[in-house]
Order: sequence, then structure tokens, then C-alpha cells
Amino acid sequence: MDYTPTQSGFRQQPNMRQRNSSADGLEGSQLFEDTSGAAHGLQTGYSNQQAGPQAAGFTGQSILSDPMSNLAMAYGSSLASQGREMVDKNLDRFIPISKMKYYFAVDTVYVGKKLGLLVFPYMHENWEVRYQQDTPVAPRFDVNAPDLYIPAMGFITYVLVAGLALGTQNRFSPELLGVQASSAFVWLIMEVLAVLLSLYLVTANTDLTTIDLLAFSGYKYVGMIIGVVAGLLFGRPAYYLSLLWCCAAIFVFMIRTLRLKLLSDAAAEGRLVRGTRNQLRMYLTMSIAAAQPIFMYWLTYHLIR
Amino acid sequence: MAFTLYSLIQTAILCINAIAVLHEERFLSKFGFGVEQGVGGFGDDPGVKAQVLSLIRSVRTVMRVPLILVNSASIVLLLLFG
Repeated sequence: MDYTPTQSGFRQQPNMRQRNSSADGLEGSQLFEDTSGAAHGLQTGYSNQQAGPQAAGFTGQSILSDPMSNLAMAYGSSLASQGREMVDKNLDRFIPISKMKYYFAVDTVYVGKKLGLLVFPYMHENWEVRYQQDTPVAPRFDVNAPDLYIPAMGFITYVLVAGLALGTQNRFSPELLGVQASSAFVWLIMEVLAVLLSLYLVTANTDLTTIDLLAFSGYKYVGMIIGVVAGLLFGRPAYYLSLLWCCAAIFVFMIRTLRLKLLSDAAAEGRLVRGTRNQLRMYLTMSIAAAQPIFMYWLTYHLIR
Repeated sequence: MAFTLYSLIQTAILCINAIAVLHEERFLSKFGFGVEQGVGGFGDDPGVKAQVLSLIRSVRTVMRVPLILVNSASIVLLLLFG
């Protein structure tokens, strides 16, 4: 998972296009469907080959195919690169892809440590995110940095585990997977919007971006998965016990992480600072942390009957 | 519990409509909506109430015209497809 620069993608593209056009001609690259002129050029080239030199025999085929298909391939590859540029430019306006790459720069050691931290945050002492020239260090180098890999994987695993749990109760149908996924997603969006609104109202000057909030809200899926799997394997008491443990762990995790970001420096160190602003921020931190267990229970209780 | 993305869009449209139909004279002035000099204070701590008022005012200013379009579109779609 390293940053592959787009240059290599550009260089790869004409080779792939030539290989594909010689074999099939209709496969697209990763981001967009290939409706460029290469397919039409090849089709006209092939039909010319079939209709024209059938009387002239097969010796004319190689002479006809080369310039025609070369031209078509060159035109098609230039069209493809233009299209790719346009898509990249427009996509970058809506979804900041370069910023997203930071959140997915993880490795196995980080994921393991972070999962351990989500389940057992009581021994960890230093919760500050290390900075490197005004930007946070990539998650690969710092356990405290938020990432989007664990929330994304956790969401998908939650949907699958929910389908599994519903299947063991004979309540499963394939549409239910989509229903579970969309309702969990809607709750996530509403939670992020509520947190954004309350951050705006309290005028907290933080460097928490929307994606950071999305990452923090997505960490609760880990606890939910653990609870549901324990409930499937060992029954309801195990579900309640493991959910309780994970709720407490997420509560402590969120408070310790948000405390450094939301509160002022003095209040974050534990000293009692007077003033309504700090009090409001404290309440906000508490309520964000307390909302996580509520959501964890709300989204999983119907799966364990 | 079965929320879909469509219900999220519905909720958003209804909430923004609700903010847009608040009457200035009869209702909002009681909460200090018409107080102009309070908003201009660039102090360190605007307070929750000033933030709420500025949020309401900005939503009303920005979303008035798009709301007209979105509401007409949803009326037409609901008439056609139920």
C-alpha cells in the first residue's frame, strides 16, 4: 500500500490498451468505461478485413490491419488519456482523493496495534498525534492517527456478520443485506452531521476534519462485530458481556482521543478550568463518547434474538 | 429502523424547509433575530445562541432559491410516481 504515482499509471495505460485491443478491445480501465474510438476503429478494421479481402485472400489481411489498427490504437489511447485526465480532475473536486490516500496509508502492524487499542485502551499513555511540518504523520508511523481502513473494513464486515446472524435465525434474504448496509450508513452520516453541527455551535477551533470524524465514528464497528460474533458463538450472555466491554473501551478511547483535540491545552491535562466554553466542550466530548455505546447497542440488538 | 438513503434526503429537505418557513417578525424577533449589533461582535466567544441565529440566517439566505427548485422537483416526482 504505497503511493503509486499517477505517472506509472499513465505509462501502463498505452501498453494495456494495446494488449487489450489485440485480444478483446472492449475492457475498460479502472475508473471509467472505455467507449473511445478504438473499439469502433477495431470493429471497422475487422469488418474490413472480413468483407474486403475475402476475395483477395488472406495475404492482404496483414497489410490492411497494420496501419488501420495502429491509427485506431493511437487515437484511442489519446482519447483514453484525455478522458482519464478529465475524470481525475472532476473527481478530485468532489472526493478529495489525495487526502483520502493519507487515511489509507496503513500497514499490518498499525492495524494490529489500533485494533488492540480499540479493545483495550487502558494501558496506552501517549495519545497525541505526532506532526511533521504542520501535517499529521501518516497512520503507518503513528498509532494515534485516525485512518479510514479500519472503519471501512469494519463496516463491510458488520454487514456480512449481520447477514450471517440473520441467517442463523432464518430471517435472511439478500435484500436484507442492502437494507442493513444502507441503514447503518445513514446512521453514520447522521452521527457525523450531528457532531459537525455541535462542533459549529460550540465554536471549537479544532483541526478535526470531516474525514477524521468519519473515521472516529467508524471505529465502533469493531466493537459491534466482536459483540455479535460472541453472541452467535456463545449465546446472549456472551453478547451482553462482550458488548459491555467494547462499549466501555470505545467510551474511554473516544474521550482520550477527543480530549486532546477539542479541549484547550490546560483542560486537556486534567486541571479544572472554569468558564462556560470549556464546560461546553467537555459536555460535547462526553456526549460524543456516550453516543457510541448507544449506537453500538441500537445497531446490534435486533441481530441477537 | 430500515433507513434508506432516500429517507435521508427526505429528512434533509423537510428540515431545510422547516428552517426556511420561520417567520421573522412574529417568531424570530423574540429570540433576538433582529438584533444586528450583537452579531457584529467579533469577540472570542460568540456563544451558542449567536451561532444558532447566524446559522439560521445563513441557511435562509443561501437555500431559498435552491429550495424552490428542489421542492418543485419533488412535487412533480411525487405526483408522477406516488
